[in-house]
This record gives sequence, C-alpha cells and structure tokens, in this order.
Amino acid sequence: MILADLAPSEMRRRLSGPGLRVRLGPVAVQIRSPFASVASAIALHYAEHDLLDPSAFADFRVSVDPPFGARRFVGKQALFKFDGMANFRPLPATQAFPLLEWGLNWCVTSQCHQYLIIHAAVVERGGKALLLPAPPASGKSTLCAALVARGWRLLSDELALIELGRRSVVPMPRPISLKNKSIGAIARFWPDAAIGDVVPDTLKGSVAHVRPPGDSVRRGGEAAVPAWVVLPRYAEGEATELAALSKGEAFMQLVDSAFNYSVHGRAGFETLADLVDACECRAFTYGGALDEAVGAFDDLVKT
Amino acid sequence: MIRSSNALVAKALRTPERIPQDAAGWEALIGRTREAGLIATLAARIDASIGLDRVPAAPRAHLIAARHRCRAQQAAVRRETAEIARALAPLRAPVVLLKGAAYLMAALPPAEGRLFSDIDILVPKSHLPDVESALMLAGFATTHLHPYDQRYYRRWMHELPPMQHVKRLTILDVHHTIVPETAGVALDASALFRSATPLADAPPFSVLSPCDMVLHSATHLFQNEELTHGLRDLVDIDRLLAHFAAANPSFWRALVARAGELDLGRPLFYALRFTTRLLGTPIPDAIAPDVARLAPAAPVGALMDRLLDAALQPKSASAATRWARRALYLRGHWLKMPAPLLAYHLTWKALRRDEEPA
Repeated sequence: MILADLAPSEMRRRLSGPGLRVRLGPVAVQIRSPFASVASAIALHYAEHDLLDPSAFADFRVSVDPPFGARRFVGKQALFKFDGMANFRPLPATQAFPLLEWGLNWCVTSQCHQYLIIHAAVVERGGKALLLPAPPASGKSTLCAALVARGWRLLSDELALIELGRRSVVPMPRPISLKNKSIGAIARFWPDAAIGDVVPDTLKGSVAHVRPPGDSVRRGGEAAVPAWVVLPRYAEGEATELAALSKGEAFMQLVDSAFNYSVHGRAGFETLADLVDACECRAFTYGGALDEAVGAFDDLVKT
Repeated sequence: MIRSSNALVAKALRTPERIPQDAAGWEALIGRTREAGLIATLAARIDASIGLDRVPAAPRAHLIAARHRCRAQQAAVRRETAEIARALAPLRAPVVLLKGAAYLMAALPPAEGRLFSDIDILVPKSHLPDVESALMLAGFATTHLHPYDQRYYRRWMHELPPMQHVKRLTILDVHHTIVPETAGVALDASALFRSATPLADAPPFSVLSPCDMVLHSATHLFQNEELTHGLRDLVDIDRLLAHFAAANPSFWRALVARAGELDLGRPLFYALRFTTRLLGTPIPDAIAPDVARLAPAAPVGALMDRLLDAALQPKSASAATRWARRALYLRGHWLKMPAPLLAYHLTWKALRRDEEPA
C-alpha cells in the first residue's frame, strides 16, 4: 500500500494522532504533525512511498509541532523533534515542511553510521550511479532535478549512502529540494514536475520541493554501483563544460563532503579510495543551460 | 509509569540475551537507549552474549551504527589523551584522568561501548596556572568568555571553565578537586592524588583509586547536579562496583570508610540506592547497615527518591522530569555554595537567558 491509497482524512488523523509510518529507502520513519501544510506536502511529495503498518519498526520517530511554553505566543512556530528531543530552535510555522525535510536529513546523517554518508546528489542510469558531491550553491540539486526530468533514476538529491567496504550506493528517494531561481528554472525545464508550495524567507532563501518520480520511489530498495564522480559548479552565463578531474581531487572532494568520514577511519578511507579508483571523475561547469547540461551527461554515459 | 523508560533500558543491559520479541519492543529499546547515550553499551552487551547476528536487521543497523560511532570516539579519546600527555609531561605534575577517559585508558569495564562528550582531568591546584598555560600552548582555549562565567569557575568551582581545542574542537575539563570550593565539603584533594594509581603505559597519567573512582562518579551525579547522563553514570558505577568487589573482598568496607574520610557519604548513599533500584546492583548484607547510616532523614529521603526517579529519566520524558530536574538543579546549587552567593549567582543566570540549564 502506498500513501496515495490512504484517504486524506485518515492521513490527517494519523499525522495528528498516532503518527504516519513511511518507508524512505533503508529507513522507516514515523511522522507526526498537526500542521495542514505538512499534511498536504506529504500527500504530494510522498504519494508513491510505501505506507507502513502502525506496528512496523520505525527507525526514527519525528514530529513537527507548535512549541510548548512561552514560545507558543511568539508568532506561529514549528519545532522539530526526534525521539521526543528538540535539538533545533523552532522556525516560523510556514516552514514546517522544509523543517521536516531538514530534520529527516539530520536524523540520517547523525545516526546512520552503518553507511559512509556523503553530501551528494546521486542519480542512476543503466545500473551505473553518478555522484555529484558539492558544497551548497553549486547547482547540485538543480542539475539532479534536470537529470531526473530526463529519465535518470533518483537515488537522492542530498545524501549518498555508501556501504562500507562495498562499491554500492543505497537509495533514499525523497523530494528534491530547490532554492530560489532554480525553482522557476526547473518548472520551465520540466513542465510535468510536481512542485510543492514555494516557502519564502527560509535560511536558504525561497525553497520548494519536487516530488520524486514513482519509478525512482518503487526502486528505492535497489542499490547502484558508482561509475562517475562529477563535481558540479554553477556559474551564471558560463559555457557548459565537462572537464577532467584528477582522482586525487575527486577523493578530497568526497572527503570534504562526507558527513561522517571521521567515524570510519581506515575503512572509510579504503571505501572512498576504492570508489574513486573505479569511477570516472570529472569537473562540470554550467551556466544554466539545462538541456546542454543533460546532454553532456548523456554523452558521458555513451563513452 | 515514571520508571518505565529507565527500567526498559536497565533490563536490557542486565539481561542482554533476552532481546525484544517484536518490532514495538525493539523500537522502544533502540529509541530509549539512544536517548540515554547507552546504545553502544547495549550493542556491546548483546554482541558479547548472543551476538548481534541474532538481532533483526532493522534494529541491528542501529546497533552497528552505534558501534562505529563508539569506536571512533574511543580512538579519538586515545589520540587526545596522547596530545594532552605531550603537553603536560614536561610539567612533572600529577595528572589524574577522570570518568570516561579513565575507564578507557585503565581498560575498566565501563569503557565497553561507552560514548564520550568530553575529557576530564584532575591536577593539583598549585599546578593549575602551569597546566592551563601548557594546554593553551597545545591549542586549547578557554570557553565561557563572559567575565562573570570566568569568575564563577575560577573563584568558586572545582574546575576551570571548559577548554576547547581550536582545531580538533575537543572539550577538556580541568579539575583541581571533585567538589566545588564553595560546597562546604571537608575534602582534602591531596588525598586523591596520594592514593591514585599510575597508568604504566600512559605516563604522566594516573587514575583515581578504586574507592575514589566510585566516589567521584557518585559525587558528579548526586552532588553536582550533573543529571543529563544520569542513567549512563549509574551504569558506570554499577560496573565499577562489580569489578572492584570481585577483585578485592574488602572493597565494600574500604569504600564506606573512604566515603567517611572524604565527607562524601551522602552521594555514596544516593549512588548505591539508585544503582540498586534501577540496575539491581547487589550490595552485601554485611555492609547494608553501614550504608543505611549514610541516609538522609526519612522525609528528605522520600522526596529525593521521587525527584531522582523522575529526573534520571531521559530528556524527552514528561513534565514531571523537567520539574524534578529544576528542583535538583536548585538543590545542586544549594549544595555548591552558601545561600547569599547562590542568590547572587541565580540572579545573574536569570538576567542572562542565553545559557539555560538543560
């Protein structure tokens, strides 16, 4: 059963009461939230995700609630909690859904140390995975959305979950997070995209999410073998270019982008070294011409 | 109901072979042990009894993740203590490792699966300026830069303001005794150094003697209002007691006598009361009357039982836990300093809302 099979009233009942249980790739989460904006965003973005039985094991129990105490009276706010613990300051209630997404990312990066976790978008074609590790503002999510729009399978737009000692990335298909100008760019490039409400004035500017394609969600249990590491860089107006990148630079970029490299010591080093050894590595520059950008990656697959 | 969360964790640690039989049981156990900072301890104990392979895949992933994190932290603590040793060795001052770092470096049972938040060391007060300078040269900088905080620590407390390494971000607490100067406890810190045990393979470090180690952990928890890792600290004490009692038949007598010498009878009483209540730590019958003599007056005892039962619950627990923590925070401060100073200190804290108690 998927979330779309659930009547809206039942979805709201679960969200505001016992919690809604959903599978996100390797983890199962229980979500609770009384906010209508969260319910409608979940209905849109997680429509094709597997709904879990209330008695199934949940890896993380999270909630987005109005905070208790004096803060309740300071405008409308939303507070993220994990296992009942509030580790973040509350945000304006309008940001309740982005807060849920950021909170879920934090649960994974702070807890799932069975993986080496890299801040990277991951997409796949023909069984081969493309890793796009990058700092924020590099255009990683935009590029990821554009590739997914043209048939690449989405594994994640944020978190590459690498299995230790194996050349394998585990998918966690979830909404792609777009910021500012890239929201409009993707809406034009991918007219069929299911894009949620634009939430203005967050820490990252305006934010909107794109629903992951049903095929990517259904194949959420299917790991992929990394074949390419491409370091993307968005620079307005510049020409599209897929240039050489040395293995050493690619390795250092992955280390810099890793959330928990230090947790894994030697095993982490060896896993990444092996991955980089087996991958083709490139540096990619683009200036916003998304068709050209996707074309460059299609060429990469053919070579 | 109030004790259920701790009871769940305690039972799993005592009988790790009796693992939950359903998803709901695992979910509660993983959530609660994670919150109590004991998930890696649970992983170690299950692994040592029936093996992690017997755990269903979903909860096993959490136990494996915790084990990775624990190994990384322990390796980091070993590296950090080596750095601190390099910085302090030239001073030829006695340096005693406390708590987690001591258990790890002395290979004591509580080290198994233990997670860390900081490193604690104890040095004689006369060496404090030299130690602080040497640590600063090695890259540790003081935190809590507000003049009031600096004065609070330096004039009244038993430790310097926490130091943090500027690159590695490790937190280091430098103590010169184990109770605040203002607490009115007649404790001679030099007695701690005299009975400390040198670590042959990690000079210049030593660790507290077995009795003092238990008493320090008890004092940290029940005198200094440090309740955030309450259950984990009780688990440490439970393991230390079992280990030292097995090695030395007269340990229990020595412990009670030492508590008298150091004026730490009351924290010892509470430590034994709550390890027994929550973890079933066996106390020999022969020693029970001596322990009972350390108890507070009956109404105080009953009140403390209720407050501590609630306060020792993990962070997420009920409003009762939050209120009990607040009450014990006040008690901790009451024990730390005389009333006029306490009033002054709490007024300062109230006017500066940036650092609330947990």
